[in-house]
Amino acid sequence: MIQITSLPIVPETPVTSTQWQTVCALTRIIPNTGVCALVNDEQVAIFRIGNEVFAIENYDPFSKAYVLSRGIVGDRQGIPKVASPIYKQTFNLITGDCFEDETVKVKVFPVQVVDGQVQVGISG
Amino acid sequence: MTKKNLVVIGNGMVGHKFLQCLIDKGATDDWNVITFCEEPRVAYDRVNLSGFFSGKTAGDLSLVEPGLYHENKIQIHIGDKVDRIDRKTKTITSTNGLTIPYDKAVIATGSYPFVPPIKGKDLEGTFVYRTIEDLEGMSAYAKQSKIGVVVGGGLLGLECANALKNMGLETHVVEFAPRLMPVQVDEVGGDVLKEQIESLGVKVHVNKSTIAIVNEDGQIEGGKVHTMRFADGTELHTDMIVFSAGIRPRDELAKDCGLAVGERGGIIINPACQTSDPDIQAIGECALYENRIYGLVAPGYTMATVAADHLCEPESNQFQGADMSTKLKLLGVDVASFGDAFARTDGSREIAIKDTVKGTYKKLVVNASGSQLLGGILVGDASAYGNLVQLVQNAIVLPPHPEDLLMPPREGGSSFSMGVESLPESAQICSCNNVTKGQICTAIQEQNLLDIGAVKKCTTAGTGCGGCVPLVTDLLKAELKAAGIEVKKDICEHFAYSRQELYSLIRTHQIKTFDELLDRHGKGKGCEICKPAVGSILASAWNDYVLTPSHAGLQDTNDAFLANIQKDGTYSVIPRIPGGEITPAMLIVIGEVARDFALYTKITGAQRIDLLGARVDQLPLIWKRLVDAGFESGHAYGKALRTVKSCVGSTWCRFGVQDSTSLAIAVELRYRGLRAPHKLKSAVSGCTRECAEAQGKDFGIIATEKGWNLYVCGNGGIRPQHAQLIAEDLDQETLIRYIDRFLMFYIRTANRLERTATWLNKLEGGLDYLKQVIIEDSLGICAELEAEMAYHVGTYACEWKTTIEDPEKLQRFNHFVNVDEPDPSLMRVEERGQTRPPYEHERQVVAR
Ligand SMILES: Cc1cc2nc3c(=O)[nH]c(=O)nc-3n(C[C@H](O)[C@H](O)[C@H](O)COP(=O)(O)OP(=O)(O)OC[C@H]3O[C@@H](n4cnc5c(N)ncnc54)[C@H](O)[C@@H]3O)c2cc1C
Ligand code: HEM
Ligand code: SF4
Ligand code: SF4
Ligand code: FES
Repeated sequence: MIQITSLPIVPETPVTSTQWQTVCALTRIIPNTGVCALVNDEQVAIFRIGNEVFAIENYDPFSKAYVLSRGIVGDRQGIPKVASPIYKQTFNLITGDCFEDETVKVKVFPVQVVDGQVQVGISG
Repeated sequence: MTKKNLVVIGNGMVGHKFLQCLIDKGATDDWNVITFCEEPRVAYDRVNLSGFFSGKTAGDLSLVEPGLYHENKIQIHIGDKVDRIDRKTKTITSTNGLTIPYDKAVIATGSYPFVPPIKGKDLEGTFVYRTIEDLEGMSAYAKQSKIGVVVGGGLLGLECANALKNMGLETHVVEFAPRLMPVQVDEVGGDVLKEQIESLGVKVHVNKSTIAIVNEDGQIEGGKVHTMRFADGTELHTDMIVFSAGIRPRDELAKDCGLAVGERGGIIINPACQTSDPDIQAIGECALYENRIYGLVAPGYTMATVAADHLCEPESNQFQGADMSTKLKLLGVDVASFGDAFARTDGSREIAIKDTVKGTYKKLVVNASGSQLLGGILVGDASAYGNLVQLVQNAIVLPPHPEDLLMPPREGGSSFSMGVESLPESAQICSCNNVTKGQICTAIQEQNLLDIGAVKKCTTAGTGCGGCVPLVTDLLKAELKAAGIEVKKDICEHFAYSRQELYSLIRTHQIKTFDELLDRHGKGKGCEICKPAVGSILASAWNDYVLTPSHAGLQDTNDAFLANIQKDGTYSVIPRIPGGEITPAMLIVIGEVARDFALYTKITGAQRIDLLGARVDQLPLIWKRLVDAGFESGHAYGKALRTVKSCVGSTWCRFGVQDSTSLAIAVELRYRGLRAPHKLKSAVSGCTRECAEAQGKDFGIIATEKGWNLYVCGNGGIRPQHAQLIAEDLDQETLIRYIDRFLMFYIRTANRLERTATWLNKLEGGLDYLKQVIIEDSLGICAELEAEMAYHVGTYACEWKTTIEDPEKLQRFNHFVNVDEPDPSLMRVEERGQTRPPYEHERQVVAR
């Protein structure tokens, strides 16, 4: 049985009126992998680590391809991260910061699990 | 008390080093520091400028930590040049019209590339190689060029030739002198270097003096470079020219304000780096010390340190000239020159070895009695450089036969090896940054440094040319050993084990999943290093389907989607074509699939067919058609057996002595899908003519009159290495048995991403030991190895077949989880009747 927890991730700037868009059931994401969702015309990479979920943009600024959802997830000193499948740079899943190059950062999205459904926040 | 003004002119490598020294000394509290930087960006690493072509950005090359100057209240005027120094009023004036009084000034204006006064030198398509802007210009122009010429065969010229070659141009080097690198190497060395560089496809023309450069119409003005004319009457057609004919110090400011300059340029300085005006110092490539310009960064750094020391406490440190030892890798060829390389010391003698087989040249210069090393030249193999330089600098007494220093350890006899332990504390290990052994050891001890990255960061040793890294690593190992700390072989922060250790843990404890291993032997959640490594071990050991949920997250995207990811996020599809043999009917199926899915089609280097540009959502559809027609996964995406290449052998070939194609097919089918620490390649040739290039493979087989010869541990790629003969005239059954053992032994013992060649190079005892293990069964493990392989062969299943039969698995093959649409960002342009992804510059056009 999968235990459902609700874990909204606090985005960088407080979102005043977050609307939530349901993208898929949590069970659709194999633990420790990612999927990509189209939310409000943006490609969002959503990762599941255990039963926690994280969302960042799917665009990899190094290869300029939309592929981050297909990277390997893991942690660095406890901080969850994903490695780009193309050139292997890694990104902090909480802040979007790139570990190898501090000048690079990807966008982070609010994400939560409600009733077994993964929802991505759209700022109003 | 008002602070005094210190104006630093030039923010290049040395100018920045000087500012860094001031900051380190806290001198920025006593001085108002104002610096002028003519280039549009702060100091960057010119030494590694060529890295710009391999993708480094201006940001990567920058030497200045963001905010550093600001925090230390250093005023910097970027993009502004000092035009005049007025020594009467003690002011400087800049192009942007600033006039600033100084109490002390430092000139660090560097040098400019010398362009010989050849007619036509200003035609479009001529360049120099000094700044990021120069490189940007070159790389834009190279796109419309096919041929490039470098004028000047010195250090920089060869580096520049490398850049042209990497940009895909036919590359020529034109040198006026009778040999390459006339400053660093002697005649024989120059010859060996020329041979080596020519074998890499760069054409070298020595003894060539260019008299004119003309455009298409034979004119020296207007239009683009077209032809070079030489004094000997010959001509060379080219599309672009880069001048690298030496540097000239930028001493114009000094000259104009009446400071003493050398006859051939350069601002004359004393050992305190002062010019003829004691309030003005000069450092770096613009400075002339004892009639010498130092065109390297290390002496410039020393000057910067001296100048900064002197400013704070006059009568301190003095500049005493500097060592011009250099070691470089030019176009992949090692070249080093150190100390008295040309035997100019009275009574000195030379010992030289030229090996035309290996393409190496090594020369030592020793004193009259042969007891001390004075200098030397190494071409083709400079691995001894670090040690030899230490022998020179520390005047260490040589062994009775100094020539042994040039030889690899001889069988039986012991070679004279100089461990880092025997060096004095004062020995300079890193000459780029002037770091001594004592400083490195202290840092390691006091700050408990455990890896080379930390040592580099703390001491700066190894962060320049990188030439000293092996020595620094040895020091670190020695220190750690002395402290009783075991040298870390951990694969990453999540497992305190090496790959071999993980392999045996998995096998002995029968561990079947990553989570189980992490639970029992690791910590954290894993990462992109340990997950694929463990995934590969699990696959080698248990041959489970790689996409079962417990394995899915371990795989690199290539393994996760059973295809090779390409630069735009699409994938390539390579069906297995065992031995390269394919029926016309099957070939037609490939053609039809490629046509129907508009895939770019290309024959690979390994006798199969690559279909590129498949979107994630198309992969299962494509594979369904291929699998239905009888194709299997080619595992081109995995660290696994790739192909067994073959020639047509005795079936068709008039020279063939055995049926190489049939054997290749049998071998490929046996080992297909075998996961390994790295990819595995093989080939079978039908006779000694070796058309299948079996000796370039991880394991290669060549037919003989009596059976098969087996070669192991060869590879192509970055560092080609020939495979070595391990057994001769084998019958097929014995051959397969040996290969089974060989592969399993490799899988058991190699490091992550270590190919067989590297593995063998590191294996203690080398090929002889390998023979004992595999042929004589010296470890008594051969039965086990064979059983492990039998298990693999027995449980093999085509991953693609398994995948397309399972609807749940297929869910993953969608770009979006919530809408049924492909990735909208993908674009295609047409070329030669097929489509390919757009290059960056085409992207806007395509997107319109
Ligand atoms: C491609 C390349 C590869 C190299 N490889 C090596 C190597 O492997 N090993 C090695 O030891 N050395 C190497 N060098 C040499 C090394 O880069 C130089 O020795 C070093 O950069 C010298 O530092 P500098 O500060 O004296 O001069 P620079 O780095 O040239 O800095 C001088 C700066 O001052 C500016 N300037 C000039 N006049 C004024 C003015 N009037 N007002 C304001 N600013 C001004 C210039 O624009 C420039 O930015 C290489 C050089 C190049 C070009
Ligand atoms: C992401 C990186 C790489 C990709 C996508 C890639 C892709 C390929 C592909 C598709 C083939 C044809 C293979 C086949 O038919 O199975 C191939 C062949 C080859 N690759 Fe790579 N490769 C990569 C990295 C490398 C590296 C790093 C090396 C060198 C160390 C290398 C050396 C070779 C060689 C020598 C061949 C020819 C093999 C033969 O003739 O037998 N490749 N590569
Ligand atoms: S290796 Fe020998 S048998 Fe094979 S194609 Fe070449 S010549 Fe013929
Ligand atoms: S296919 Fe191989 S050689 Fe060609 S660009 Fe890619 S990695 Fe380099
Ligand atoms: S000697 Fe160049 S980095 Fe140390």
